[in-house]
Amino acid sequence: MIETRGLRKSFRARKGTVEAVRGVDLTVQAGEIFGFLGPNGAGKTTTLRMLATLIVPDGGDATIAGADLRRSPGEVRRRIGYVAQGGSTWDTVTAREELVLQARLYGIGKAQARQRAVKAIEGFQLGEFADRKCQTYSGGQRRRVDIALGIIHSPQVVFLDEPTTGLDPQSRAHLWDEVRRLRAEGMTVFLTTHYLEEADALCDRVAIIDYGQLVAEGTPDALKREVAGDVVTVGLNGAAPRAAQLLDGQPYVRQLEPIDQGLRLYVDAGATAIPHILRTLDGAGLSLGSIELHRPSLDDVFLTKTGRSLREE
Amino acid sequence: MKLLRDIWLIFQRQMTLVLRNPVWVIVGIIQPLYYLLLFAPLLKKALTQAGAHTDADVYRLFVPGILVMLAIFGTFFVGFALIAELRAGVIERSRVTPVSRLALLLGRSLRDVVSLLVQCLIITLLSIPFGLKARLGDMLLAYLLLGLIALMLSALSYGIALKLRSEDALAPLLNTVGQPILLLSGILLPLALAPGWLQGIARWNPFSWAVDAARALFDGHPGDASVWKALIILGILTIASVTWTARSFARSIR
Repeated sequence: MIETRGLRKSFRARKGTVEAVRGVDLTVQAGEIFGFLGPNGAGKTTTLRMLATLIVPDGGDATIAGADLRRSPGEVRRRIGYVAQGGSTWDTVTAREELVLQARLYGIGKAQARQRAVKAIEGFQLGEFADRKCQTYSGGQRRRVDIALGIIHSPQVVFLDEPTTGLDPQSRAHLWDEVRRLRAEGMTVFLTTHYLEEADALCDRVAIIDYGQLVAEGTPDALKREVAGDVVTVGLNGAAPRAAQLLDGQPYVRQLEPIDQGLRLYVDAGATAIPHILRTLDGAGLSLGSIELHRPSLDDVFLTKTGRSLREE
Repeated sequence: MKLLRDIWLIFQRQMTLVLRNPVWVIVGIIQPLYYLLLFAPLLKKALTQAGAHTDADVYRLFVPGILVMLAIFGTFFVGFALIAELRAGVIERSRVTPVSRLALLLGRSLRDVVSLLVQCLIITLLSIPFGLKARLGDMLLAYLLLGLIALMLSALSYGIALKLRSEDALAPLLNTVGQPILLLSGILLPLALAPGWLQGIARWNPFSWAVDAARALFDGHPGDASVWKALIILGILTIASVTWTARSFARSIR
């Protein structure tokens, strides 16, 4: 549904040129929720805006829903929907008016545009506020209206730029359901996020981008399997540097990363490693705040690929 | 056809926004109203030199100038609204649709022309009790002139706003350009009263031609040379400014 080859974009900044996207090759299958994960400034939004025809790539090619991005951006526009990060409505008009106008901008006739607005209001449960002015909406309501506007013309692909940023947990869960509903209706969803849980729980496949280049691509499970073994997190009140010295180089520790108030240890098998770890720390007289064993997360994938944690952003 | 339909869609939405919050249309006529009530009465003596002997004469000279001033200052600052729209994301939402880029500009400018003409009509009607008289045909020609000014300056304002993209940069620029245009157009007092060198500079100000033409029309002289000269000058400038802004709209809003 989406295929890119060597997509590149740089911007002129005050201090020379910033290469925001440095050759991105992506393949997104029809009907999947594809997550584009990365820290702020990694090039997620720039890539998305190129695919949505909002900025012109410096190099590379892309085909979206069968239309060539460079040669026929107008055709791409007809086949895709795009929902920006920062909202998209006028304050003093209602969601219903916005939906009708947006449909009409896509060339849909008046009567049919009204019908589509009614359908969207039902589908996204906007009924209780659809005839109030947009300035009265809560953050979650606003975001649902933005998405309803983005898909009013039933596109084959919809791009969502950080759809849940700034939402409370309840609104976020609600929005995840809406995104799954789009997939159930046959739409391909391409979203960016810097939330690991979101990529993990919502997306069928993810690509991880860092400094304008892809560092990993695959299903969340496959990516996590690449980080073989288990992760042990130990909480150490202030004694982390000393513990790191003791544990670094031990045969049962494959990799070690300091985290806030403790250490994260990558081990082959948690069950056999934990007794060793406890014995080592105990032998040095270090008191342990907590110890936790878990399967690798997408953050561990990011950490092993880039040496940095996404959470520290 | 698609272009006309798109212009109509954008125009309708922009009119809705104005009608929901008409405070700016009202604020827009308050300043000229003050001039009409609190400044024009001062002019009777000053204008005897320019041929005004009665109150009606004063208003016939003063009202056309005030209307041109309204056309200038009522439309030159519309760029601010565009910057607010850029920030709200509504421009980007239009950009991802196949809507005509020219319609995004013309729908907005048309809104500015319509609301300006409504303001001008209100001022004209309010001036009648003071003795203003003009023939309908001449009035319509004067309104065409005012409409051209509005179209030209609103397009120009949008074009500049699109380049600067910040209110902080737009305000000083528009004020710096706007003030001398006002002073050199003979709006407040006829330039016939000005010393020769000032008249020489003012001849290069297209709006002083517009003011002369509007005065001639309100005085019942549609055949006056200033009328067709002003229409031609403003027509050319309008085409130039719309073309320039339409291009930068198409480029930066691709």
